[in-house]
Amino acid sequence: MIAEAGLAALWLAAALALLQFGSGVAALRGEGSPLAALVRPVAVVQGALALLAFAALLLVFAQTDLSVKLVALNSHSAKPMMYKIAGAWGNHEGSMLLWVTVMGLAGSFVALVERRLPERTMIATLLGQAFVSLGFYAFLLFASNPFERLNPVPPEGQGLNPLLQDPGLAFHPPTLYLGYVGLSIAFSFAVGALITREVGPAFARAMRPWVLGAWIFLTLGITAGSYWAYYELGWGGWWFWDPVENASLMPWLAATALLHSCSVLAARNALRAWTVMLGVVAFSMSMVGTFLVRSGILTSVHAFAVDPKRGTFILALLAIYIGGALTLFAFRAATVTEGERFAVTSRESALVFNNVMLTGTLGIVLMGTLYPLVTEAFGERVSVGPPYFNPMSAVFVVPMLLVLTVGPLLRWRRDQLARVRLPMLIAAGVALTGLAVAISLAPGKVLPIIGLALAPAVAVASLLPLRGRKLRQVKLPLWGMVIAHFGIAVALLGMAAEGAFTTERLVALRVGESTPVGPWQIRLARIEPVAGPNWTALEATLEASYAGAAPIVTHPQARMFWAPVQNTAESALLTRWNGQLYTVLGDKADGGANGGRWQLRLWWKPLVTLIWIGGALIALGGLLALLGRVASDLRRLVASDKIAFRRQRQGR
Amino acid sequence: MTAIKAKHQRLILALIALAAILAAGALAAWALRSQASYFYLPADLKANPPEVGRAVRLGGMVKAGSVARAADGVTVQFVVDDGKAEVPVRFKGIVPDLFKEGSGVVAEGRLDAGGQFVADNLLAKHDEKYVPREMKDMTAARAAVRDTQ
Repeated sequence: MIAEAGLAALWLAAALALLQFGSGVAALRGEGSPLAALVRPVAVVQGALALLAFAALLLVFAQTDLSVKLVALNSHSAKPMMYKIAGAWGNHEGSMLLWVTVMGLAGSFVALVERRLPERTMIATLLGQAFVSLGFYAFLLFASNPFERLNPVPPEGQGLNPLLQDPGLAFHPPTLYLGYVGLSIAFSFAVGALITREVGPAFARAMRPWVLGAWIFLTLGITAGSYWAYYELGWGGWWFWDPVENASLMPWLAATALLHSCSVLAARNALRAWTVMLGVVAFSMSMVGTFLVRSGILTSVHAFAVDPKRGTFILALLAIYIGGALTLFAFRAATVTEGERFAVTSRESALVFNNVMLTGTLGIVLMGTLYPLVTEAFGERVSVGPPYFNPMSAVFVVPMLLVLTVGPLLRWRRDQLARVRLPMLIAAGVALTGLAVAISLAPGKVLPIIGLALAPAVAVASLLPLRGRKLRQVKLPLWGMVIAHFGIAVALLGMAAEGAFTTERLVALRVGESTPVGPWQIRLARIEPVAGPNWTALEATLEASYAGAAPIVTHPQARMFWAPVQNTAESALLTRWNGQLYTVLGDKADGGANGGRWQLRLWWKPLVTLIWIGGALIALGGLLALLGRVASDLRRLVASDKIAFRRQRQGR
Repeated sequence: MTAIKAKHQRLILALIALAAILAAGALAAWALRSQASYFYLPADLKANPPEVGRAVRLGGMVKAGSVARAADGVTVQFVVDDGKAEVPVRFKGIVPDLFKEGSGVVAEGRLDAGGQFVADNLLAKHDEKYVPREMKDMTAARAAVRDTQ
């Protein structure tokens, strides 16, 4: 019954999306159409119904109702409850339902609270949102129904991929989806503004909090995903330029550019057409990512669907939405009126530079991700990895970070570099010192050296906007900017230090033997079997002592899951303030003979944790900026309500 | 700067953005040609070997009876076979769980001067559901190898 209720809710939600779209169109065509009043309430109910359908899916997964095909294929009664629930979105159908749910909820949220823009623009925005939702509802209902029943009912489910049975999984996809799909709001705002031709500071101010919100979730999702890959895959790396990772990075790059161009539009009424364009591009990148991940073109733990029908369906949706929005843009961009002018040395220019460099990086990542698909169409199979992505993205990121050291100090409209000479000298001094230190510590490693030199300079420069201000009076959005930029520097330092100073050891040890790795001495104390709820494992006990200190015990495991049958290496991490010791237990080295040596892979990674701390700081900066913006909007709203109320009382 | 008309500034900005994006595209195209790692079957590798040291991927079957471990306990030596040609491969590291003789493997690495393939990474079939892309097409090769053995 629950599954049928969920399916019914899904159909109803789709019907309401159609109603929302239709009444929106009617309202825009006929001025004063009664249907205009329908758009907002319908959007709210549509979101609620999508949420209901998602709740139904969670419930069937929690109960392990094996008569539902999706549950039978992806769950197992012996799985811990957390992974039963997380399993609801650890598969193609469930994750697409999560997608439309987030999209519906984002639409309801906008319909409920957004009152700053002219009603016509709002109707056009909600119309756009309904139009995009409709495609994904169709995709769910016709090509990936999550509530399909199974007859006969199997006695047991097939289980969930063990790699996905991890606390990280419970939070990583929903977070990322909130970001991906949150960008649909920016897309809809851009479409709405193009339809009604109202692109201006008010539009940017209304769109900014939504973009910020989506961007915060994307930042958190990418950071968490990187950490998950780092400790769960057991390969010691934190970013693999895997197409699925790129799929999350591309919307982030576009959204970051959009945030910055929004602030130019909001503050200075410039970069109008460009901001609208980025609004379209950001969500398009989310959809391209979904297409890459969900179409089965790529094979990875993320690629659930290998059904060509689904791939074609998503490709068609992509063509309609991206093509449609770009066509609308092409026709309307020329009529978007000219923005304000600015001088070459100005805050605007610095932000334009930021946008161009971010777009360039986005182009590099996009081309590198799509290239293997293109060559495969011509019969040549290639893969593109770090030797391409690292230096090529650095070509754009390094100049951007250099400008980041001065940009936030410049004034709007027109400024002189002479005015910021002192901060520039400070940043240059720090960078040169960093460069000298880095070259002596890690000779020959070009990219890590650049990172080590830039990170302290960006860190110092990011704090300079606070210079000469009373800290108590600094507004939240400024704190947000400072902390986010500081977070960039922190993450960069982590990446560069990991690249420059990591030491790796691959050894075969007998029980009782030890080996050095970096400043650590590791002793293999014993190997024992252990058992978990749905796995058994061999667990190594390693005694690790840092620079001669008392040993700390750490336990890497080789796990064997039985539903489905799969072996995974469970790495063990020892975190110190200055880095992490990363240990992985491999196979028996001699196949039983020779007294039993065990393979161990050990890394000492100095400052590696800064990568994710930096990511969290960037998200925190976004959160502070969001809080600041929302608070000032609320104050303005309360003030205007008061004025309206007084006028009413005075009988005007 | 105030001398520049609004129209002109807009045009200049658009040109700068266009130039940067074209530059990114050209740079990417050039780098992709030189950095992309191509996929080879043993027969391709023998017929048309890549330059020594260039990153490529080699796919095929692990020849039965060819896997040998070196004395250090962490280096394996084996032969990749597609029924037509054989390439010796050396790998230092922890092999994936489903790496075994007679099953498929994709080795990422490079040829050394002696004609041996030095792998940095091995991809084996993960489980029933997740198979490396290149390996799906290797069923034919596998059948060929089986017939010869």
